[in-house]
Amino acid sequence: MSEYTAKDYKKGQPRWCPGCGDHFFLASLHKAMAEIGVAPHNVAVISGIGCSSRLPHYMATYGMNTIHGRAAAIATGCKVSNPNLSVWQISGDGDGLAIGGNHFIHANRRNIDLKMILLNNRIYGLTKGQYSPTSPRGFVSKSSPYGTVEDPFRPAELCFGARGHFFARAVATDAEGTVNILKSAHAHKGAAVCEILQNCVIFNDGTHEAVYTKEGRAKNAIYLKHGEKMVFGENNEFGLVQEGFGVKVVTIDQDGYTMDDVLVHDAHCEDNTLQLKLAMMEYPVALGVIRDVEAPTYDDAVNAQIEEVKAAKKYHNFAELLETNDTWEVK
Amino acid sequence: MADNLKVEELDQVVVRFSGDSGDGMQLAGNIFSTISATVGNGICTFPDYPADIRAPQGSLTGVSGFQVSIAADKAFTPGDKCDVLVAMNPAALKTQYKFCKPTSSIIIDVDSFKKADLEKAQFEATDAAGAIAEMGIKQDVIEVPVTSMVKDVLADSGMDPKAMLKCRNMLALGLVCYIFNRDLSIAEKFLREKFAKKPAIAENNIKVIHAGYDFGANTHASVSHTYNVVSKQTPAKKGRYMDINGNKATAYGLIAAAEKAGLRLYLGSYPITPATDVLHELSKHKSLGVTTVQCEDEIAGCASALGASFAGALGVTSTSGPGICLKSEAMNLAVIMELPLVVIDVQRGGPATGLPTKSEQTDLLQCLFGRNGETPMPVIAATSPADCFESAYAACKIALEHMTPVVFMSDAYIANGSEAFKLPNLAEYPAINPPYVPESMKGTWTPYMRDERDVRYWAVPGREGFAHILGGLEKDSKTGAISTNPENHDLMCRLRQSKIDKIQVPDVEVEGDKDDADLLIVGFGGTYGHLHAAMDEMRAAGKKVALAHFRYINPLPKNTAEVMKKYKKVVVAEQNLGQFAAFLRMKVDGFAPAQFNEVKGQPFVVSELVAAFNKLI
Repeated sequence: MSEYTAKDYKKGQPRWCPGCGDHFFLASLHKAMAEIGVAPHNVAVISGIGCSSRLPHYMATYGMNTIHGRAAAIATGCKVSNPNLSVWQISGDGDGLAIGGNHFIHANRRNIDLKMILLNNRIYGLTKGQYSPTSPRGFVSKSSPYGTVEDPFRPAELCFGARGHFFARAVATDAEGTVNILKSAHAHKGAAVCEILQNCVIFNDGTHEAVYTKEGRAKNAIYLKHGEKMVFGENNEFGLVQEGFGVKVVTIDQDGYTMDDVLVHDAHCEDNTLQLKLAMMEYPVALGVIRDVEAPTYDDAVNAQIEEVKAAKKYHNFAELLETNDTWEVK
Repeated sequence: MADNLKVEELDQVVVRFSGDSGDGMQLAGNIFSTISATVGNGICTFPDYPADIRAPQGSLTGVSGFQVSIAADKAFTPGDKCDVLVAMNPAALKTQYKFCKPTSSIIIDVDSFKKADLEKAQFEATDAAGAIAEMGIKQDVIEVPVTSMVKDVLADSGMDPKAMLKCRNMLALGLVCYIFNRDLSIAEKFLREKFAKKPAIAENNIKVIHAGYDFGANTHASVSHTYNVVSKQTPAKKGRYMDINGNKATAYGLIAAAEKAGLRLYLGSYPITPATDVLHELSKHKSLGVTTVQCEDEIAGCASALGASFAGALGVTSTSGPGICLKSEAMNLAVIMELPLVVIDVQRGGPATGLPTKSEQTDLLQCLFGRNGETPMPVIAATSPADCFESAYAACKIALEHMTPVVFMSDAYIANGSEAFKLPNLAEYPAINPPYVPESMKGTWTPYMRDERDVRYWAVPGREGFAHILGGLEKDSKTGAISTNPENHDLMCRLRQSKIDKIQVPDVEVEGDKDDADLLIVGFGGTYGHLHAAMDEMRAAGKKVALAHFRYINPLPKNTAEVMKKYKKVVVAEQNLGQFAAFLRMKVDGFAPAQFNEVKGQPFVVSELVAAFNKLI
């Protein structure tokens, strides 16, 4: 049992719009932190700019609400130089994938032990309603009155393309699902991307409507659990089977499909092909930990290399460093 | 040595090695300057290399030069022009001849002046004599069959012809050592250490050096005179020395400061000419706990360094002008978060990609002001290769003790140039004491509480009872919560300014005729050597001249206005169109100096400075 409660991580009064998904997520984060039990003073929560990036102000931990897009880069320096800290990066879809896209992919590629929370509402809320890099093609917004003419990023694809080793997804209103993936992200050593599907009640209401309610999720989402059959539906009547290179939804015990045909989830599989297919599905929407593969982390490797070189080299302070040079004496 | 050979005793001589960028001219130059420094001469070097990675062999754009000045006393500059020019091919002769004096000796590898070689360098002539005539060269040209001699010497070495040709630079070096009466044993030691793992290569190179030396001794008919530069020892110079260039000295300064402060040194960087060697140097020294992260871009370099500082390290980022453009947002964040950060700007020619391998002082106003909002930031400009150590140390001390980003400026010229560096004793350096929040403030502390210097306290994550949030939004001066209160914002802007204004920096020193100069020369940063040499030359000619050279740009030394107003005539000389002069006019009421400005990407030429300054008296 953890010695902390959710209250120990809480601070201040959030200023998000009533009904904003950020409120739900924040409550789940407080709860997850308490269950994880890392002392608040050993946690650094680092955000960029945007609605969701206000979050560190509501955490009784160390934190930084930095500049637009740079949270992952700032968090990188923080984690590498002080590996004892549990470092959480909070970004929205604009902060994390547009202006901060480069840092997002490189943090994943390097596999820095950051918990990278991506609050995806497919809109720019703080600047009052422009399309984001996750808005669907044709999306009408203030900056795209005739619809966008560009395709969106799908965060999982970007994470996998950058050789990410952890990807999980939850719906902001689903406290249990959110707490579960946050705990799994913490347990995973390395970059851990958690996509939180979140509603913007003002500028993009209903964007995740199909899965935003418990009833909707029962119909339209699948909770993936490592080692368990991929079944979903109000009565677990549907399952996922492999067909050719694809994954297909079938009704169990119909059309010749039985439970034996239903795939078993393997989040630990190094090959991400099937995990990517699951993450890309529009029906059902995959929730839970989709990929969770162990790999060497950058911060560990950097610090291990320092120790190795310390053991191998004969100079360990500045005075000794000077002695490694050719010198001459003026008498 | 031949009896009838003239030995000229000199206070200063300049040698310029030049050849194709693959000819090893930088190495030959380096060994020569090290040998000279070892016997106690002052040295000052200037590597002048092309921006192309490897231009076509033998072409005019592929010429690489290395100029070294050796002096009886301190060598302030690498010299305007050279006494001896080594040109390993026709392209080098054609492009480097402009650095010759009427009295210079020119050494060429006559074997590389064949018709095909000459065509590559766009000569009409078909042999060396023709090329010399075509260029109208009147100086002594020593035609040395470098290539064939190297092949002869190494005939039994078992080396393949291609590897043999790589030793041509050592033959030229051997000859230059003869001309300057240098002791070859130092070169031998240098090569044996450099090639410690490949002793055969070391021995072959040594053989070639001796062949070059002997060629000089045996064919004195072609070498009209040799030179001797005797070292003038003074008690102040006593001690142990090493040869250091500015980038290495910068890295050493950072290492020393981190050790003194008891902090981990974190460098977040992205490769960029001419700053990359700082990243290279620091990356070597993991045994000192130095952490270097080669980031995905300049932005992340600076941002991650700031993250490291937040987490309790000494965060540093290194770049050149184009990188400063990208780093400015995180530098600005450091201003409002009031965290230590050292930003290294090794200036090069701009704007944009500009002249990547050349030197300018054109980033000054960018470093001082290139950010949104009221963002005061200390700026320190190193004045010589060895001074990069002192200035980098000072930059770290200010950043850590005053909780502020600091810009450390150097430039391509001092970054690549080298001089003798007296080994520093870290115990004699001032302590570095960051303002850690005292344990007694637990429970009452808020992040923007300040001490008497207006510096806020540093609470490093991991300390219980001091969890807090920093950020890019304006904060209340008392509670540390986000605030848009107009009075509070005005107060916070003033506090951030006052914190910088209260930093104590040493007075600017006036050198030369400080009491009765008719002209005060004013400069900053890497032009110190040239401005000093210009002053020396003018004073030797009987003029009353003084020099005030600035290392601390922001805040300016307290005596700045007094010094600027003391002299009848003041000239601000800088390698830009007047940025430091503009800053001084802003800071010193009624100050109206003359200006000397040049933006050529090349170091100042002392004779041109003297001519321009003489007109002002």
